[in-house]
Amino acid sequence: MNPFSNPAGGRNRIIPGFGLTLGVTLAMLSLLILIPLLSILGHAFQLTANDYAKLITNSAIRNAFITTLGSSFLAALINSVFGFILAWVLVRYDFRGKTLLNGVIELPFALPTAVAGITLSKLYSDTGFFGSFFAGYGIPIAYTHIGLIIALVFVGIPFVVRSIQPVLENLDPTYEEAGSMLGASKFTIFRRIIFPELRPALLTGFGLAFARGLGEYGSVIYISGNSAKNHTQVVSYVIMQKLNYVDYASATAIALVMLIIAFVMLFSINMIQLWQARRVQ
Amino acid sequence: MKHSKTKILLVSISVVFVVVMLIVPLISVLINSLAEGWDFYVKALTTPYVLSALRLTLIATVIAVAVNTVFGLCAAWAISKFDFRGKHLLTTLIDIPFSVSPVIAGLAFIMTFGRMGWIGQWIEVLNDYLGTDIQIVFAVPGVILATIFVTFPFVFREVIPVLHTQGRDEEEAAALMGAKGRTIFFRITLPQIKWALLYGIVLCTARALGEFGAVSAMSKLRGETFTLPLEIDALYQSGSTDAITAAFAVSSLLVLLAVGVLLLRVFFEAKLHKPS
Repeated sequence: MNPFSNPAGGRNRIIPGFGLTLGVTLAMLSLLILIPLLSILGHAFQLTANDYAKLITNSAIRNAFITTLGSSFLAALINSVFGFILAWVLVRYDFRGKTLLNGVIELPFALPTAVAGITLSKLYSDTGFFGSFFAGYGIPIAYTHIGLIIALVFVGIPFVVRSIQPVLENLDPTYEEAGSMLGASKFTIFRRIIFPELRPALLTGFGLAFARGLGEYGSVIYISGNSAKNHTQVVSYVIMQKLNYVDYASATAIALVMLIIAFVMLFSINMIQLWQARRVQ
Repeated sequence: MKHSKTKILLVSISVVFVVVMLIVPLISVLINSLAEGWDFYVKALTTPYVLSALRLTLIATVIAVAVNTVFGLCAAWAISKFDFRGKHLLTTLIDIPFSVSPVIAGLAFIMTFGRMGWIGQWIEVLNDYLGTDIQIVFAVPGVILATIFVTFPFVFREVIPVLHTQGRDEEEAAALMGAKGRTIFFRITLPQIKWALLYGIVLCTARALGEFGAVSAMSKLRGETFTLPLEIDALYQSGSTDAITAAFAVSSLLVLLAVGVLLLRVFFEAKLHKPS
């Protein structure tokens, strides 16, 4: 500890630049992010309860919410399983091509969503590389919920791997050794010692992948088919549709519900991370 | 080796998953882009629409990266070097663009700067008064704003963990010895965060080049306010075989950039973990 730092915080700031940097931070955050988002709130609150009731009872919009929540949840679940295996393999095993595998995980962060969207759509269409195989068994993938979930698995996988990897790397090996010396089987050690330590990280990864899926647009719209009849429209698509029809009232109302869900997700992930930080201490 | 069976099983699952989900789509873009030969590929990349989209994409990206680098450094400095109330809330607020749908980001700007938006109404008054024609929504400034929004936290996110690990003792010592803020930043802090900052800039660039949803809500004019992803969308949606191949040709540019980003990441990661 620095003897000159003031343990109570407060006025005694030794390093210069507090006012300037915090001022710039708050000004830019407000102008570029908060004020535009608050404009949505402002417009959404001008609608009457009647308008909202009409929106909620609109079956196309209700179905879009069910589709979005359901497919994001399933995709995040699939990603939790494979993300866990991937993180485990990358941390615990050595094999040829590991660096490559580790690097490729991040591809969905680097690849533009529209590019991912058109490629996946083409691959899984009836004539595509994967799609033709499944079409042989009479299972269509593109323009169905399965296609939608595949796109969400694609965009979500790095979140789970990157949440678990650092925690697994820093796991204290002494407990595992103790367990092993006390005669516990590998499976028991995993279930009783390792898994509980990784649970917060797994939940964080799940939450991040789920949140990403809820708002996803570019990678989803080409493969999902966007059919109201088949319930393959996602909420982002419906908002975009309302914007194109210049129906700003519906767009803001739907956006408000999405924003509330997003904030609840953000808050929960933050709580999990606090819980995790406390565990480490 | 008693455990080799589990290892082989888990490694195989991982490799199959990554090949099927990530590598095949990547290769498929390149194969599709060359489906009609090299001449077609070159022609598809040099249409006036694509060149105009490329130009706007680069402009929006440069501005967004510059703005977000300034923001990221200021926010990281304020949050890592000082204690103040509401710090946790501030960090959470900075992360908002990560959890808001890009389409909603576009909508937010329309509701602020558009004809119905409160700033938009002032701009109209201003335009009437001065005889100017300032347009934000559905014009280039809107595209730039949308790009800034979706890439807002990237630089901050990459820099802050490094600053937290480094602590503030060195900066405090320098300040006590009379160093100015600028000197402290360039001589102590910047060398510490160099690689994280560069990686943040690279990520921010990649995301800015590829943003689709937010820009799509803010841009309607092909050849004028379209970025590369919007041009890809327009080509793909038009449906003809040629246009779809052209869409993949333009996509292949962005794929090469994405691969470049991944390679840079491996490089920066190695630099970050090597204690200097």
